[in-house]
Amino acid sequence: MDPRFRGDDVGRRKNRLGRHGHTMLGFIIRRTLLVVPTFLAIAFLTFVAIRLVPGDPIEVRTGERGISPERLAEFRHQLGLDQPVWKQFLDYLWQLAHGDFGTSISTHAPVLSEFATLFPATLELAFCAMVFAVVLGIPAGVIAATRRGTFLDYSLMGVALTGFSMPIFWWGLLLILFFSVNLDLTPVSGRIDLLYYFEPVTGFMLIDSLLSDQDGAFLSAVSHLILPTIVLGTIPLATIARMTRSAMLEVLGEDYVRTARAKGLSPFRVVGIHALRNALIPVVTVIGLQVGALMAGAVLTEYIFSWPGIGTWLIESIQRRDYPVLQGGVLLISGIVIVINILVDLLYGVLNPRIRHAR
Amino acid sequence: MALLEISDLTVEFKTGGGQFRAVDSVSLSVDKSEILAIVGESGSGKSVAMLAVMGLLPWTATVTAKTLAFDGRDLLSLTPRERRRLIGKDIAMIFQEPMSSLNPCFTVGYQIGESLKVHLGLDKAARKQRSLELLASVGIPDPERRLTAFPHQLSGGMSQRVMIAIALACRPKLIIADEPTTALDVTIQAQILELLVSLQKETGTGLVLITHDMGVVAETAERVSVHYAGQKIEEQPVRELFADPHHPYTAALLAALPERAKGRRLPSIPGVVPGQFDRPPACLFEPRCHFATERCREKAPPRQGAIAGLALCHYPLTHGRPVGHPHPEGREIAA
Repeated sequence: MDPRFRGDDVGRRKNRLGRHGHTMLGFIIRRTLLVVPTFLAIAFLTFVAIRLVPGDPIEVRTGERGISPERLAEFRHQLGLDQPVWKQFLDYLWQLAHGDFGTSISTHAPVLSEFATLFPATLELAFCAMVFAVVLGIPAGVIAATRRGTFLDYSLMGVALTGFSMPIFWWGLLLILFFSVNLDLTPVSGRIDLLYYFEPVTGFMLIDSLLSDQDGAFLSAVSHLILPTIVLGTIPLATIARMTRSAMLEVLGEDYVRTARAKGLSPFRVVGIHALRNALIPVVTVIGLQVGALMAGAVLTEYIFSWPGIGTWLIESIQRRDYPVLQGGVLLISGIVIVINILVDLLYGVLNPRIRHAR
Repeated sequence: MALLEISDLTVEFKTGGGQFRAVDSVSLSVDKSEILAIVGESGSGKSVAMLAVMGLLPWTATVTAKTLAFDGRDLLSLTPRERRRLIGKDIAMIFQEPMSSLNPCFTVGYQIGESLKVHLGLDKAARKQRSLELLASVGIPDPERRLTAFPHQLSGGMSQRVMIAIALACRPKLIIADEPTTALDVTIQAQILELLVSLQKETGTGLVLITHDMGVVAETAERVSVHYAGQKIEEQPVRELFADPHHPYTAALLAALPERAKGRRLPSIPGVVPGQFDRPPACLFEPRCHFATERCREKAPPRQGAIAGLALCHYPLTHGRPVGHPHPEGREIAA
């Protein structure tokens, strides 16, 4: 080759290739270590907050009738509630350090096993809501961005803003009123019709109903999922649509989009591949952040639709002042949110080659 | 028949302040295997004219022309689909900013292979084979490894080589290079220019080189078209242009080259290119021109004949002297 045409930077860039293997591992370790203080803070906050609410588990259970002071003291002693709060907290941490999340005061079942039974219901609902939000939100944002300033753009973004501003419980009741009460199209509550009964295999109703081989079970499960999915998915849907639109607008003005068009590529390739791939990077971050919001929303949504998941379980635990359930439940949910956020950060690296190599 | 034939091309943009004319009745032609340089300051409409040829202007632009033909085909009457079949294949464009012109999310191999797939329908193995050939021909060492590299792993010079490889992928008949060296280090500029010219010679494509660098023009072009505020003000073969510029603007540009400067201070052209709201009524260069008279302020200048370099001027220069000027001895060229 003519030496004049030789590359200008052969050696300099060499060591930047193929180095991400162990830094990826380092990243995971760093993020995992950062989880410990977060967990301590969450444990502390829930522990203190629930004790700030008037009434302890025993008073709530005995109700207005009351109970003799001696019995009250005896029960409190059994549950360790007569100890100073700081001592109770340290004992709780010691328990946690041994992997013991305690037992429910009202059901006497271990918190962890109750969580494991109920969590699939919440996961199923949250997953469907997220799929609903992503599948509709990303195309809506892309369409709004490519039709910027048109009637279509304004209507899509208007709907998104409305959805974003909607109080979850009100929206849920509105949908129930319209689709379940007036039109009689969907069931009001629960996960499946009482007609069907089968032993849970995976805990996911959609899968279990298919496995059960009972006619109509699957359709019943689907129809029970529709409204809760819409209610829970609305805010993430609106957020994703708006984020996708603004990310797309930014990307569509980039030089490489002009390059793609100069190659004579179809509008679908230019927008759907060259632009969207870049616009997805901030959108994925937003999706990750929505997971936390989704868990919070699930609490309300489950309560409205009597969905037997973690949300309903936690709200009931507050009403019963079931300290171990609330503390353990919140910790476990937080742990799941944190793990999902770490996964999203890893996905971010997959989508964005600059991060993958630079870290 | 010229490869690219443009006559009376006008491009207007809708802006908040009304219509803005970025390109004003420009006529150009490029022959097969010819290098045409378009020279002008920023805002002279040189890039916009070529983007109009490619059909890459935003919707706010209105393109009109008496003729806009490539290889005998009328570009204005093409459907978007027909145009897409043409650009990237028969006409390719190289842009100013190589680093941001490559998509950061896709590998070099993907971005080269894409054109091959869309326009030529090559299969995966053939695409890889051709991509390797292309990378080697633009002087990228170790092409096999570069195929899987992402743009952020390349320097500016490397990126521009990749852009050139993409442009060459489908063996185009015409390449439009929009300031291909402006964003690069001075040391790399010469390499890239040399590469472009040698590839042009090798493949026999036409080349339109948009630049504001007279040095680049002198080294590479065969014919030069000088643009000012959206108008073509002069066009000559490169030797003749440097020897005897006919438009006062061209003369002033050449006088401002460091290697041509005579005095201790580098000569410059006073003032700036007129914008949307301060366009002079007649000759657009009049406010900055040493030879401007009352006539230049009142009457739009005529297009001179080929012997006066098609200059758009009332008093075209011949060997530095304005022809027909009331005081030809009165003032010297931008000294």
